[in-house]
Parts: sequence; C-alpha cells; structure tokens
Amino acid sequence: MKPWVIVLALWLPFAALANEAKPMAEDPVLEQRMIGLSENLRCLVCQNESLAGSRAELAQDLRQEIREQMRAGKNDKEVVDYLTQRYGDFVLYKPPVKPLTWLLWFGPFVLLIGAAGGLYAYIKRRGNRPVDAPLSEEEKKRVAALLGNNGNKS
Amino acid sequence: MKRFLIPLGIFIVLVGFLAIGLKLDPREVPSPLIGKPAPDFKLALLSDPAKQLSPADLRGKVWLFNVWASWCTSCREEHPVLLELSRQGGVPIYGMDYKDQPGDAQAVLDRHGNPYVETVVDRDGRVGIDYGVYGVPETYLIDKNGIIRLKHTGPVTPDVLDKKILPLVKELQR
Amino acid sequence: MIPELGNFALILALLLALTQSILPLAGAARNVPAWMAVARPAARAQFLFVAIAFGCLAYSFLINDFSVLNVAQHSFSKLPPIYRFTATWGSHEGSLLLWTLILALWTLAVTQFSRHLPDDMVARVLGVMGLVSCGLLLFMLVTSNPFLRLLPAAMEGSDLNPLLQDPGMVVHPPILYMGYVGFSVAFAFALAALISGKLDASWARWSRPWTTAAWSFLTMGIMMGSWWAYYELGWGGWWFWDPTENASLMPWLVGTALIHSLAVTEKRGTFKAWTVFLAIGAFSLSLLGTFLVRSGVLSSVHSFATDPARGLFILAFLAVVIGGSLLLFAFRASQVGLGGRFALVSRESFLMTNNILLLTATGAVLLGTLYPLFLDALNLGKISVGPPYFNSVFVPLVTPLLLLIGVGPMARWKQASVPDLAARLKWGFAASVVVALLLPLTLDAWKPMVSMGILLALWIAVSIAINVQGRLRRSAGWSANFYGMNLAHLGVAVTVIGITMVSAYETERNVRMDVGDTVTLKGYTFLFKGAQDLDGPNYKAARGTLEVSRNGKPVTLLYPEKRTYLASGMPFSESAIDYGFTRDLYAAMGERLDGGAWSVRLFHKPFVVWIWIGSVMMALGGAISITDRRYRTSRKKGRAGA
Repeated sequence: MKPWVIVLALWLPFAALANEAKPMAEDPVLEQRMIGLSENLRCLVCQNESLAGSRAELAQDLRQEIREQMRAGKNDKEVVDYLTQRYGDFVLYKPPVKPLTWLLWFGPFVLLIGAAGGLYAYIKRRGNRPVDAPLSEEEKKRVAALLGNNGNKS
Repeated sequence: MKRFLIPLGIFIVLVGFLAIGLKLDPREVPSPLIGKPAPDFKLALLSDPAKQLSPADLRGKVWLFNVWASWCTSCREEHPVLLELSRQGGVPIYGMDYKDQPGDAQAVLDRHGNPYVETVVDRDGRVGIDYGVYGVPETYLIDKNGIIRLKHTGPVTPDVLDKKILPLVKELQR
Repeated sequence: MIPELGNFALILALLLALTQSILPLAGAARNVPAWMAVARPAARAQFLFVAIAFGCLAYSFLINDFSVLNVAQHSFSKLPPIYRFTATWGSHEGSLLLWTLILALWTLAVTQFSRHLPDDMVARVLGVMGLVSCGLLLFMLVTSNPFLRLLPAAMEGSDLNPLLQDPGMVVHPPILYMGYVGFSVAFAFALAALISGKLDASWARWSRPWTTAAWSFLTMGIMMGSWWAYYELGWGGWWFWDPTENASLMPWLVGTALIHSLAVTEKRGTFKAWTVFLAIGAFSLSLLGTFLVRSGVLSSVHSFATDPARGLFILAFLAVVIGGSLLLFAFRASQVGLGGRFALVSRESFLMTNNILLLTATGAVLLGTLYPLFLDALNLGKISVGPPYFNSVFVPLVTPLLLLIGVGPMARWKQASVPDLAARLKWGFAASVVVALLLPLTLDAWKPMVSMGILLALWIAVSIAINVQGRLRRSAGWSANFYGMNLAHLGVAVTVIGITMVSAYETERNVRMDVGDTVTLKGYTFLFKGAQDLDGPNYKAARGTLEVSRNGKPVTLLYPEKRTYLASGMPFSESAIDYGFTRDLYAAMGERLDGGAWSVRLFHKPFVVWIWIGSVMMALGGAISITDRRYRTSRKKGRAGA
C-alpha cells in the first residue's frame, strides 16, 4: 500500500478522538457579556458574593433571566434597570451616583484635595527656609541693644 | 488644640452608627415595589390547573399575597398564624407556590390546613422574580386598586400581624 | 476536667491582666517603683495561663471531646488531626482565644526586650496592653466562653466548614493576628508617651522595630489570606473587597503610614502628633475590624456566627479603648511639640504626602465598607458597595503613592534639591515611560491601565537601582534599614506588575469535556482523561485528570476534584493549579454531566504569583530593616535617659 494511505489510516482514528471540547454556554459571546454584567451585581441570598459566581438557585435563575433578556436584544442598562425595578439598588455592587451617594463617591477626593491644600498652607506658613542660621556675635549685640533700649518698633 | 478633637468627634459619630447597626439586618432587601402596581401574572391554580388567576381578578379587594413552598421550613412556622387569620376572615389570603412540586404543595395543605382562598403555582420562579422574591416566605399586602402597600420578608408572626399588617388592612378597607 | 481547667485558667489570666494594668499604671503615675515592677511578672504569668487555656481547648479538639459545645459545633471525628487542631480557632470563641493568646505573646516579648527602657515607660506600655487583655478576657468569659459544655455530649461533631479544612487555616489566622494584634505594642507606646508627656526621637526609635515587625506579619497574613482565597474559592479571584478583607487592609494602610511617620519622628523629631495619632489609628482599626466581623453589622462571606449581645460588648469595648485614646490624644497632643521645619520639596513633605494619601485611601475603604450601614441606619434605603466602587476610588489614590516611592527615598531631609533629583531620575523615568508604552504591544492587547501599571512598577524599580548604585559608589557599607526599605519598595513594584497583568490579561474557558476532549488556551492544550471516584478521610470525591501540553510537549498533570463532605453534605470544588513564574494554569471541576462528561473551567492567569512574591518581599524587607544596628539594645549601656 502507498505510504500515505497507511499514514492516513493511522491518523484518522486519532483525529476522530481528538475532539475540541464545546463551551458550556450555548452562546459564548452572550455568556461573556452576561458574566461581565453579573460580576457587578449582587447575589441577594448570599453573604456578599457576586451574581456571576454564586451557586445559589436564585442566582442561577437570575443569570438565566439576564441571558434571555440579552437574547431579546436588551442592552446592559435595560437589563440592570429590570433588576433594580424588582430588587432595588441593593442588587448593584456599583452604587449609583446620586445625591445620597455623593459623599461616598466624591468624599475621598475632596478629603485628599483638602488635606493636600492644608499641607501646602502649613508648610508655607511655617516659613520656607528651614534652616535658621544662628545669630552672629554682632547680631547678638544688636539684639541686646534693642531690647535694652526698650525699643517698641517692630 | 481644637483640631485634635476632630478624630474623637468622628469616632463618636461612628460609634453611634455602629450601635444602630446592631439592630439592623444587613441582608434584608427592602422592596422597590411598595406603592407600585402589583406585577401582572396569569398562573394556574393548585386546586384546578385548568383555571387561572391574575391580580386583576382581585381588584376592589384588599388581599394578602403569600409566597411559600413545601420545602421551606420557615413557612411551616407562619402556617398556624395564617390559618388563624383565614378563620377570622379579616382579609383574604392568596398563596403562590414558588419553585415547588404541586403534589408536595398539596400534601402540605392537606396535612396542615389550607389558609388560602386559592393558591397559584409558580413552577419556575418567574413571577417570583417579578415580585422581587429572594427568599421564602414573603408576604405582600395589595390594596383595592392593585397597588402593593406592604412587603414582609420572613415568617409572619402574630406580632407583625397585629402591629403592621392588620392596622394597614383596616385602613385600606375603608 | 480539662475544659474546666481551661476556664479556670482564663479567670486567673483575667485577674493577672488586671494586676498587670492597674498597679503599674498607678505606680507610674505616683512614681512607686514597687508597683511598676509588678508589670513584668504579672504579664509573664498572664501569658502562661492564657497559653494553658489555649492548650486545654486544643486538647479537647484533638481528642474529639464532643461534650465541649465548641468542639461539637466545629469539629468532626474523621477530620485529619491537623485540622482538628486548627479548628481550635475555627470559631468565634476559639479565634478570640487565639487573639488573646497572641496579645499575651506580644506582651511577653515586650517584657523580654525592654531592659533598655525607663521603668515608668515599661510600666505604662505593659499596663495599657494589660487593659486590652482585660477587655478580651472579660468578653470571652461573659459572652463567648469556648469551654461551655454540651450535656449530654454529642455523638459526632457538625464538622469544620470544608473551606477551612486546608493548610491555609494552619497559617493564615495566626500570622494575621500576629500583625493585627502586634499593633497594640505601638498603640501602647503611643499612649505611654501621651500619658507621660515624653515624646521624642528616642521614643520613636523604641517603637519602630515593634511596629515594623507587626506590619511585616500583617503583610504576610493578608498575603496568605489572598493566596488561600485564590486556590480555594471557585475561580481564582484574589481580592474581593469583602468587609473582612477591608478590615485587615485598613490597619495595614495606616500601619504603613505609621512606619514611615516613625522614621521621620526618629530622624528629625517632627510629625510627632501625626505618629501618635497613626499609632492609635492602626490598632483602633484592628479593633474595629474585630468588631465588624463578629457583630453581624455587615454581611460578609467571612463573618462569624453573630449575636447582638456580643456585638454590643465589643462596641462598648471599642468605645472605651479608642474613645479613651482619642480623648487623651485631644488633650495631650498639643503638648507634644512641633519639631523642625521643612521645605515644600523635601523628604519630610514627601512623607507627609505619603501619610495623607494612605489615610485618604483608608478613609475611602472605611467609607465604602460602612456606607450601606450609614444609609440604612438613617432609613435612607439599602445599597451595596462592592468592587466597582473600591477599584474606581482606590486605584487613583494609590497611583501618586507609587510615584512617590520612586522619588521619596532620594530626596534630602529638610530641603530636597529638585535639580539634583531631576538629574538623577530623568533618564530612568524616560526609559520607564518608553518601555511601559511599548511592552503591552507585544502582549495580547494594548490597554492604558497596563501601561500605567508597568510604568509605575518600572519607575519604582529603576529609582531603587539608581539609589542603590549611588550608595554602592559611595562605599557606604551595609545598612539593614536602607536595604530592607528598598527590598520592601521593590516588593511593591513586583506586586503591582502581578496585579496589572492578571487583571488585564487573564483568560478562561468554561467547557463540556467528555473523555478524550481537548481545549486549547493560550497555547496550552488540556486533554481530559476522565474522572475517578475516590474516598477521602471525611469526604467523597470525583477526581478529574487533565494532561496539559504545549506544542506537543507535556507540561503537567492537573487533578481537580469535586468533593462532597460527609458531615454536611456540602459539595465543594477543589481546584488544581500549575504554578509558574510567568503564568498559572488553573482548573476547576464544575458539574457531572451525562456520559462521564464534566463541565470544566480552565484559566490562564499571567504573572499572578508576582502578587504574592511581591508581598513576601515587602514583609522580608521589613524584617531585614528591624535588624539594623541602631535598634540593637546593649544591656551594658544601661537605660536611655528619660
């Protein structure tokens, strides 16, 4: 037999065996999008876990719900709104920026700017020349003279 | 000197918050549906799968919507309270069997008594999601216009019944 | 009998702790040497009895004494002996006993290494630590006694949480507590200084090694926790901004500010009020953290079983200890004195900026952790604050900090020369920018955050190299302090690289694998050989086999497991990891499917070990700097003057 036939005959069974594993998700792209979104959502029945990784039944149900919403063409914001309408802001790991959370979002930066400004003012106030040269003999005599004369001129 | 008091001041405020925090439950999820219309559904009855019920059918009535399941042990705790309430007849109770086997659910009602006017079956929990259900039991109070007025998470105790639910029922029924 | 002995030992320890605090503190106030001299022996005896109590609890666990409630609730007879031992601290009560033991251990160390300190200072330091011990012992005896009996005894225990049946449990809590609790020494030194009114450079020199040691332990403790979470929990995440993690990060951040601030106070006599405040702050945050995870106030994967009565007790303890210290601070800080002046650009100003940045970062973490509680308490609704918030706020705050690491160590005290700094650093900076911009192009995708991370890490590394080279050129000899500092800073750079790379370039596959199926991920081929059922000591498992190869050459074998623990019936995924310097390969079994197939999750995580290597470098740098000759105490020299 021709060599290549032998090679082909030997290779084919292995080719059949070496199956590329299929993704668990039906639609890997959608799944990625769902995971990305649910990583920032809270699992409501867990002790502080994200919706993405939780094995709780409600989490599985909600992940499925998100998949279906996305398949129906909803964008990320619409999906998130769907959940907050039913479960409130608690389900969001990223707190919405609204007057109630301004302190949370902007507080640290305001504090930083304030503290930096305070430091700057403090250093400037205490004088920029850190080294106080000691008085020379002549200067000491002048000081004694001024104080002795009770000079009130400043 | 005064600025050195600032850390102490902040700390005192913090302790105040932490003290209040001891009385709160960090895992309780308040419902955004209060004051909004009860989400619509059309679900089969446990007693007769051929018939269906929807909130619209109950317009003009003040009613309690109790989400429960046969696998839920806390539901067993509130069962006697609901039975007593149903005997008194102050407000009708409709149940929703959540993510359950209808056979198991019926067995529970047969064994322990049935406080519900009717029970609807939510096999896959979809309606539960619409209602913001995250654990069972949960109980909603819905007024004559179909607006949710109250949601209670966890078993209904006589205390909750007397202090929160019944006064509101009385008010809504006027 | 043994549990009762343990209980009795705790009571004795409490009495000794009271003696250790009341007499010496009064003695220091009234200058009665005999009372002050009580401190050391009382502290040593307290340690002895706490150790006895701990031993009794550990013994009860080891012999499976299920008539002790704690053992019945947290152990299992088929648990391997090592985990029976570690279960001693696997509960609220047990871990509190560990806390108390470690506090007593640090106290013992202070009694040993304080010969060179003035008597009244030693008395006050041990006295303050004794007060903290009193609080903990009282807390245990009144609300959280580990020696409560269960009668009739249980036939079998309820099992230790499977997540805790791991080598991580052996090392992470003790090392973490060594750090957490170790800040009590700096705290005690600070209060002693405030009470006596004596706060000077020598005080800073005495405090520094203790603080650095605690900081090094805490760095290792946090690193171990992170690594443990990585290989134990699901998908190889290493930081979740969970309240318990934040509770350990906050003392670490303030502790870092503290060790830097102490350096300034020691060298220049400035920042005194700051340093005292930071010393109080670091330990206060440790105590706050202890409160947060045990009170039920926050929801965390890491929380202990909670009880409002316990929460109230700890809160009262917190209020007294922290409130008292801050009150003392308010009244005495102004007398501490200001110290020398410094220019706008100087090592002092850089270190002060360092303090401000670290404190702001701590504030952000505290704010984020407690904000949901604040709103809920004010009846303003319920929100969640999670990783998206913390990452958005923390990263921008830390970035200038990393820039400072490059330039700070080379700036002169009092007045830094900007032209000099620029001359030394400009080429290093330029080179870092170029590499940082170009390197990501050779990787998967150019992302700005990757360039930023690489820039910061390279900047730190290059400036360290310049600094070290400068020192070598001057033939200045070995300095533990200098080289320790640089090693620690280099560790920061290494950690930044790890975090940057794994966050940006991690890839995963979640696939259904039948026997013989393959998956390719970043050039690595994973071949599934099927899963075998086997029995472990206290679990049943299905163990999968994955042959990993690259370009046809075998790389490794991975054996991820899906376990079901016998006592609880809890299913559990035990991942398999092939560690590598440039990448980790991570495999986890999902669910059993039909026909012998399994769902398998595979990850390629580039440079993730750098996160932990960098942390170890930081801790090592701290340890080395403690050996510096300036901290060697010579008994012959006698005690330093007041």
